[in-house]
Amino acid sequence: MSRIEACFAQLKQQNRAALVTFVTSGDPNYSSAMQIFKGLPDAGADVIELGMPFTDPMADGPAIQLANQRALKNGHTLRKTLQMVREFRQDNQSTPVVLMGYFNPIHHYGVDNFVRDAHEVGVDGLIVVDVPPEHNEELCEPAQAAGIDFIRLTTPTTDDQRLPKVLNNSSGFIYYVSVAGITGGATASLEHVEEAVARLRRHSDLPVCIGFGIRTPEHAANVARLAEGVVVGSALVDKINQAATPEQAVADVLAQCREISAGVRGARV
Amino acid sequence: MTNYSAAPDERGLFGIFGGRYVAETLMPLILELGKAYEQAKEDPEFQKELAYFQRDYVGRPSPLYFAERLTEHLGGAKIYLKREELNHTGAHKINNCIGQILLARRMGKKRIIAETGAGMHGVATATVAARFGLQCVVYMGTTDIERQQANVFRMKLLGAEVIPVKAGTGTLKDAMNEALRDWVTNVDNTFYLIGTVAGPHPFPAMVRDFQSVIGRETRAQLQEQEGRLPDSLVACIGGGSNAMGLYHEFLDDPSVNIIGVEAAGLGVETGKHAASLLGGAPGVLHGNKTYLLQDEDGQIKDAHSISAGLDYPGVGPEHAWLHDTGRVEYTAITDDEALEAFQLLCRLEGIIPALETSHALAEVIKRAPSLAKDHLMVVNLSGRGDKDMQTVMHYLGAQGEQS
Repeated sequence: MSRIEACFAQLKQQNRAALVTFVTSGDPNYSSAMQIFKGLPDAGADVIELGMPFTDPMADGPAIQLANQRALKNGHTLRKTLQMVREFRQDNQSTPVVLMGYFNPIHHYGVDNFVRDAHEVGVDGLIVVDVPPEHNEELCEPAQAAGIDFIRLTTPTTDDQRLPKVLNNSSGFIYYVSVAGITGGATASLEHVEEAVARLRRHSDLPVCIGFGIRTPEHAANVARLAEGVVVGSALVDKINQAATPEQAVADVLAQCREISAGVRGARV
Repeated sequence: MTNYSAAPDERGLFGIFGGRYVAETLMPLILELGKAYEQAKEDPEFQKELAYFQRDYVGRPSPLYFAERLTEHLGGAKIYLKREELNHTGAHKINNCIGQILLARRMGKKRIIAETGAGMHGVATATVAARFGLQCVVYMGTTDIERQQANVFRMKLLGAEVIPVKAGTGTLKDAMNEALRDWVTNVDNTFYLIGTVAGPHPFPAMVRDFQSVIGRETRAQLQEQEGRLPDSLVACIGGGSNAMGLYHEFLDDPSVNIIGVEAAGLGVETGKHAASLLGGAPGVLHGNKTYLLQDEDGQIKDAHSISAGLDYPGVGPEHAWLHDTGRVEYTAITDDEALEAFQLLCRLEGIIPALETSHALAEVIKRAPSLAKDHLMVVNLSGRGDKDMQTVMHYLGAQGEQS
């Protein structure tokens, strides 16, 4: 059983939703990002999405754009992202780690080398925004062959006719982007989320995680009642944007994670 | 033999290049756009409407002008200029804009967004949006706004909202990112009117098709004036839409030598350039696989060119394919060489070319002298230089005289 499967199976037994946290690898710098990464499981993160910085994060809003810029300015690279996962796995064998980002750095690294190295350091899943199912052979298939889950984004624009194509070959969990837009933007209504989850369940047995625009413990709790997971990204990354020092960034991100985690953990009691 | 003019395939691939590398939110829109375009292309009513606006609004056909004094001066090939700078709004850009706006209207879209570098595409988009009474939002990098203020003013006069983009270096690439962010947020009512032969399929093929009127006219006009095909074609390449517009008609005529001119900036060897084909590597950006300027980590590098319209770290995927197959020969021209060509055309032909176009002219200056006098060379005079006065004044120290 993969780490992702084991994680969701265990949470199902506990009758609670997963808190999936997103932070950008190397933000604000390598050592602080490493402290955040290692601290997230104790702060309540069940699954960690680690952003792979890119110069042109077209699907991201201002908060995550700035995170990408900070990381790159400090010399972060895809190799260093993999190095972070290697270090993380020295003391954590259970928390699933999903790398999330854009295709070009992976393409330049070489897809076969990348999926091999990622699997070797302990990466469990991959979310690559700009490789749709129309190009499955480029990354989805090699990733799965290397033992890495390829997690699909589904969106409000993915209609019933298209859903099977998107979900075919997806594994791990389904990431539902609850609003048409960029990260850190608008928030979907709970009615919309409920309908969307019902629709996805008609097409797949994979756990469904809801993301985009979830910022507060209350909102996270509401979504946690409807789906298997809640993804929080910009609300954490904003703490790094606002912090005066890297030390403060680490403390504030983890504090924010604990607060949202309390919301998620208290949701179904 | 490769059938060049049949590309791309149904997946939008030119060889390994092109495709549809976009976020899932946009995929259904891209597929819908592809279908709508295929239907429009086959619809005689659409073609009739397009032809009408090309003639009476854009001012087509543009002349194919024998540049007698330039030819004499260079003493070799016989040089013809395809006068796209005489089109309404002063460049080839409107050929594509008029086509896409008719499609947007057909699809019932009410809001048009665009990215712009030099501002020519922004102006052309604002123009057609005004003509059809549609809301228009143009994304433009802050660096480009600074060097192209006249075009910013023109867009505003035409009723467009110009949104400054500070991210990155504030140039075309950043404007395109921001336009994509807008599109993904406003999927229901918005049509993204891409200005060059790049982006996800169907844009590279669709923009090329709308621009290929340039090559079709050139063939007919040269046939009339010289009774034969050209021997060579020269065009500048940023994204590459004016070039594809000229080339497409001739790709399957093996006797026609085709040359594309990228911007070498301070020199390809200096790293300060915009020559994606000569100084880049294959990668994926803005919805397509193509040659990109990138570092060893696959991060996109900033382009550099005196000309805002060529200042882009990528290139249309069809050019990437034509480069790899060798059908088109790609070269690069520096800022300084382009400036010299700019001045030469002003003085010899009384035509002030755009700085983008000046790159193509500089290549002509290099090649023409050693070619036979019966060699027919067609240059796409893609735009006029009025917009570049500020930049050229800055470089030439405002004296405006030959040094």
